[in-house]
Amino acid sequence: MKKRILLVAALLLSLVTLTACQSSADRGESITVVGSSALQPLVEAAGEQYGSEHLGKFINVQGGGSGTGLSQIQEGAVAIGNSDMYAEEKRGIKAKQLVDHRVAVVGITPVLNKKIGVKNLSFAQLKAIFTGQVTNWREVGGPNLPIVIVNRAQGSGTRVTFEKWVLRGAQAKQAQEQESTGMVRQIVATTPGAISYMAFSYVDKTVAAVNVAGVAPTDQNVTTNKWQIWSYEHMYTNGQPKGLTKDFIRYIYSDAIQEKMLPKLGYIPVNHMQIERDLKGNVTATKGG
Amino acid sequence: MDPIRESLLKVSHQAKLERRGRIIGLFCISLIVIVVAAIFYFVASRGLATFYHDKINLWDFLTKQAWNPGTKDSHGNPAVGALPMIVGSFLVTIFAAIVATPFAIGAAIFMTEISPRRGMQILKPVTELLVGIPSVVYGFIGLTVVVPVIRQLFGGTGFGILAGTMVLFVMILPTVTSMSVDALQAVPRYYREASLALGATRWQTIYKVVLRSATPGLLTAVVFGMARAFGEALAVQMVIGNAALLPHNLVSPASTLTSILTMGIGNTIMGSLENNALWSLALILLLMSLVFNLLIRLIGRKGAMK
Repeated sequence: MKKRILLVAALLLSLVTLTACQSSADRGESITVVGSSALQPLVEAAGEQYGSEHLGKFINVQGGGSGTGLSQIQEGAVAIGNSDMYAEEKRGIKAKQLVDHRVAVVGITPVLNKKIGVKNLSFAQLKAIFTGQVTNWREVGGPNLPIVIVNRAQGSGTRVTFEKWVLRGAQAKQAQEQESTGMVRQIVATTPGAISYMAFSYVDKTVAAVNVAGVAPTDQNVTTNKWQIWSYEHMYTNGQPKGLTKDFIRYIYSDAIQEKMLPKLGYIPVNHMQIERDLKGNVTATKGG
Repeated sequence: MDPIRESLLKVSHQAKLERRGRIIGLFCISLIVIVVAAIFYFVASRGLATFYHDKINLWDFLTKQAWNPGTKDSHGNPAVGALPMIVGSFLVTIFAAIVATPFAIGAAIFMTEISPRRGMQILKPVTELLVGIPSVVYGFIGLTVVVPVIRQLFGGTGFGILAGTMVLFVMILPTVTSMSVDALQAVPRYYREASLALGATRWQTIYKVVLRSATPGLLTAVVFGMARAFGEALAVQMVIGNAALLPHNLVSPASTLTSILTMGIGNTIMGSLENNALWSLALILLLMSLVFNLLIRLIGRKGAMK
């Protein structure tokens, strides 16, 4: 009996010393970044690269959605909260105490099932489709096929952006919702008559992106604001960033990330933008680009 | 003092051991109870905030059909009608149970009454294998196989109650089957012997004696399956379409409590109405699992009285 107690005590002791050793050995520093799934691939890749260049520094990246990112950063639970929308646009967020870092721009395009064959839609037509006034592709110059709307989840950053610039305050029709863009793409690719929307980087051969009001969904058109459906990708910090957080955000702004990694992953660097758009949608020209 | 007297008066080693065991057991149980109580408290406090803090009418919440917590309806009230999700959850659960029960009981009869040896050697491992498959795999198969097939056969998008039922049916089948097997095995051997001795055929014995006396156990198995179906989130979410609309047929997109919950929770802010409304859905889920539990107990007690 005594022996056993001794054994257990020894085990516990060694555990404690081991964990103590570990923490004193790496002297690791780490921060957690949470939020927008649209920005997640970029931050993940950048965090990994950062970690390999700076030994002992770790960037933990988690998804969860823009809402999670904003609420977690507001509560101070994480170092950085990622969001597709301005903090001011989300109800329940006290945006004043948050500092916005706009690290990238993402264009969002409507996508159709390939068999529909419609190449161009006007803003009015898009709005009519997503509010449910038009329910057949015949009415917008397509085949006689019912329109199947596939939405992202309510509050998703992609959806908020799309509805902000297409519906302009109108109420969207209640329709299918999917949690992730990958899922949306698969459903649009396989369901006849399906329409949805997604970031440029997710568009591939299985779905057809359409021109809106004669403008093609290209990065070039986003930088001049000819293509209006786009959003900044925000990294919010609670107060001015310090230490590793500051260092990591500066790293994201570095040329290695902005010029090399962003285009590869389908984002547009902020300094390529020839215009700037504020919270209310006012557009001003910038010297960049 | 003589040693015998001493050892009788002293607390023995065994008694000490027992007391220690009891303390550890009590500690573990109270820990579990605290955890359960904490979960109940947390979900209830968040879920009830919709009604107390945001002043939503409970009746409206349960019976209205418009679910769009971020926006207001024509009267200025937030659109939080959970009826589509409640109906969706119940429909997939009940349909899945209806489809699964005959298969499960049939398999259980085969394994216990008709061919115990082969049944136990082949069928049992197979059904147990089904338990181990993660739900995301079921969902993925549903998405890539079941949904297109339904679309081909019935038109529409293929997403809906029917697809959800098909996926859930396979998911709860092993649970219901293995519990049915236990129920049938619990029927005393002499019931069967007496029945056969009276000249009943094997089918008559199974139908009139074994199944009858195992009814409470079988019902428990079905309710267990239903509880699992009701709480399943991921696989259903992948195939049901997630439209907060009342399903007007089996192949129109619908939603369940779980699917709306998992989709929405990441995009809402703690403490906002959108978030509280989701917690209210979670509260309904919790209460329903409580109901299922009570039902199982009730059936068990009824069965025991026989």
